[in-house]
Amino acid sequence: MLNIIVCIKQVPMVSELPWDSKTGTLKRELAEGMMDPASRRALEAALQIKENQGAHICAVTMGPAMAQEILHQAKALGADVGVLLTDKRMAGADTFLTSHILARFIQREYENFDLVLCGSQTSDSETAQVGPQLAEELNIPAIGYVSQIRAKENSVEAQRHVDDFFEILNMDLPGLITIDLSAYKPRYLALEGVEKAFENPDIRIIDAKKLGLDDSFNALKDSPTRIIDVFSPTTQNENRVLKGAVKKVVDQLFDEYGKVIGSAMGKDLKTHEHDEV
Amino acid sequence: MKSSKDIWVFGDYRNYFQNRVTLQILARAVDLATSTGGKVCAIVFGHNVNEYVAEYIAHGAQKVYVMDDPRLLLYSLETYSKLLTRLAKKYQPETILVGATRFGQEMAPRVAKQLKTGLTADCIDLEINEKGLLIQIAPSFGGNLIAKIITPVQRPQMATVRPGTFQELPHDYNASGKTMIEPLPDDLPEDRIRLITSEHRPSKKQKIEDADIVICGGRGMGSKGKFKKLFDLADLMNAEVGATRPVVYSEWISHHALVGQAGKNIKPKILMSFGISGAIQHTAALTDADFIIAINKNPNAIMMKMADVAIVADANQACLGIIKALKEKIRD
Ligand SMILES: Cc1cc2nc3c(=O)[nH]c(=O)nc-3n(C[C@H](O)[C@H](O)[C@H](O)COP(=O)(O)OP(=O)(O)OC[C@H]3O[C@@H](n4cnc5c(N)ncnc54)[C@H](O)[C@@H]3O)c2cc1C
Ligand SMILES: Nc1ncnc2c1ncn2[C@@H]1O[C@H](COP(=O)(O)O)[C@@H](O)[C@H]1O
Repeated sequence: MLNIIVCIKQVPMVSELPWDSKTGTLKRELAEGMMDPASRRALEAALQIKENQGAHICAVTMGPAMAQEILHQAKALGADVGVLLTDKRMAGADTFLTSHILARFIQREYENFDLVLCGSQTSDSETAQVGPQLAEELNIPAIGYVSQIRAKENSVEAQRHVDDFFEILNMDLPGLITIDLSAYKPRYLALEGVEKAFENPDIRIIDAKKLGLDDSFNALKDSPTRIIDVFSPTTQNENRVLKGAVKKVVDQLFDEYGKVIGSAMGKDLKTHEHDEV
Repeated sequence: MKSSKDIWVFGDYRNYFQNRVTLQILARAVDLATSTGGKVCAIVFGHNVNEYVAEYIAHGAQKVYVMDDPRLLLYSLETYSKLLTRLAKKYQPETILVGATRFGQEMAPRVAKQLKTGLTADCIDLEINEKGLLIQIAPSFGGNLIAKIITPVQRPQMATVRPGTFQELPHDYNASGKTMIEPLPDDLPEDRIRLITSEHRPSKKQKIEDADIVICGGRGMGSKGKFKKLFDLADLMNAEVGATRPVVYSEWISHHALVGQAGKNIKPKILMSFGISGAIQHTAALTDADFIIAINKNPNAIMMKMADVAIVADANQACLGIIKALKEKIRD
């Protein structure tokens, strides 16, 4: 039976948020966390392996206490164990340290793991770095952007389409795979399932000390990269602003720019005969 | 050991001639090197790679480190990342830049980990500050902000850059560069991944990337049904339809239409943008659009500020209005 670890992350729901089309605003009250869509697919891949040939699935996340929610969800879906790595000193970790912390956990608690599954990239930072860096630190091979896995005795066969190449690869275990966003469409979780999972949460919580990280460990300070400035992209384009009734602005648009538009279309547009407003 | 001032660019030629990211990054490296003083170097692994070496020299590389061996014929993540790590330890470059192809995106993090250094993904710009540090400029915090990131202590400084971010230099037939042949180490460990089949399946070039007119729709279109009207407009204008990420996630249109960092770069003569706020991940892909017409009910949306013509209106009504006007105006 395969010993599978799935790394999942909680991300803000902002960009995919239910949204009020009347006011054009986000329904912020619903801006809670959700399971990163790619992580969700990694979990789906693990669940399918479990169904087909049996597996033990540990879902692990590093994040704030609130991230427990996605572990409940993972357990409701079929993960056997949920583990939260959480500590003030882990906050602010870049990918170098996120992968270090995840690796630490796996080395200490799941020494005889077979397969680590990650999403290819998260929806909030999309670095696509945590998977490869975790593999590097665990000194195991990794295949990214995989769309199909077939697990065998001591190896897995993975299929992917990357950089214009369709490939089938065979990888020794233990190994790591990141699941592409186009694959393993996640299953639906009935509400009662979630509720049940919340009744008996049973999530393991591990802090920096329990992970054996140095007393001086501080992710924010120790990350090799540092943000020195944050700004919003301002573009002060000298532009033409048209406003008013739709009919009026559309007429104005073609009056003033009909030539430009027509030439890009490769068509000659009739010039406008002015309407009475 | 003190690091050199050299800037390295990983030579990713697997899809050359279509994929020109290495040439694009070389161009920016040439720029950066004028203020740091180091040399611009390309790194080429493979077998019978002279053609690429020459190409990189003609596009700005002053030095090319080459490992040429039949065992390097296939792009192998494990081997290539080990070799790049070893070379970097030996020659101590100040900076390593990697094109964000899928291969580059998998390799760069592994190299950064082995070298115990930082890595910034998908930079939209690179600069050198007064202290000579590489400023890695990348979108952050979900899209409306851009961060300047540095790697203050560890070396090399590392970043990946998506194809299309920089402009390549013209081919210089007179350029000369030094080629450094590096031996393949004889203790290369056995690859733990075996390629069973590999088939070149070039993705069809999406028409949107070459279209003269692109019509992009965002969440402001309101619903899948209303979004469909953009196709009618596109038919009339002989245009292609693009979309933002929330639209693609809501399945109003397939993900092939995604315009932005995670999707396609476009370079139309005219871009019409309907109900799009203008997050940096989206607008990063629009820098080559000649003329932008934005329609948004919020006059302060970034997309409206970027546009040449900003129409303050309801996106659906404007779409219908433009369709109507065009039908009258197109001569038969
Ligand atoms: C790592 C990462 C990568 C990303 N990559 C991409 C990418 O490649 N491409 C991409 O597009 N996004 C990407 N995003 C998402 C991006 O940050 C934005 O969330 C997205 O571009 C916003 O899409 P939007 O403008 O359609 O929606 P919103 O930001 O919700 O904007 C909707 C706009 O419509 C206007 N509006 C509302 N109602 C109307 C109406 N009736 N008439 C007219 N206007 C109206 C509003 O004023 C608003 O400006 C990425 C995000 C992350 C974190
Ligand atoms: N904090 C985290 N906890 C657990 N897994 C993570 C975390 N961050 C990233 N991952 C995993 O790494 C994948 C890629 O993340 P990223 O490199 O941030 O794009 C995600 O889909 C997750 O599987």
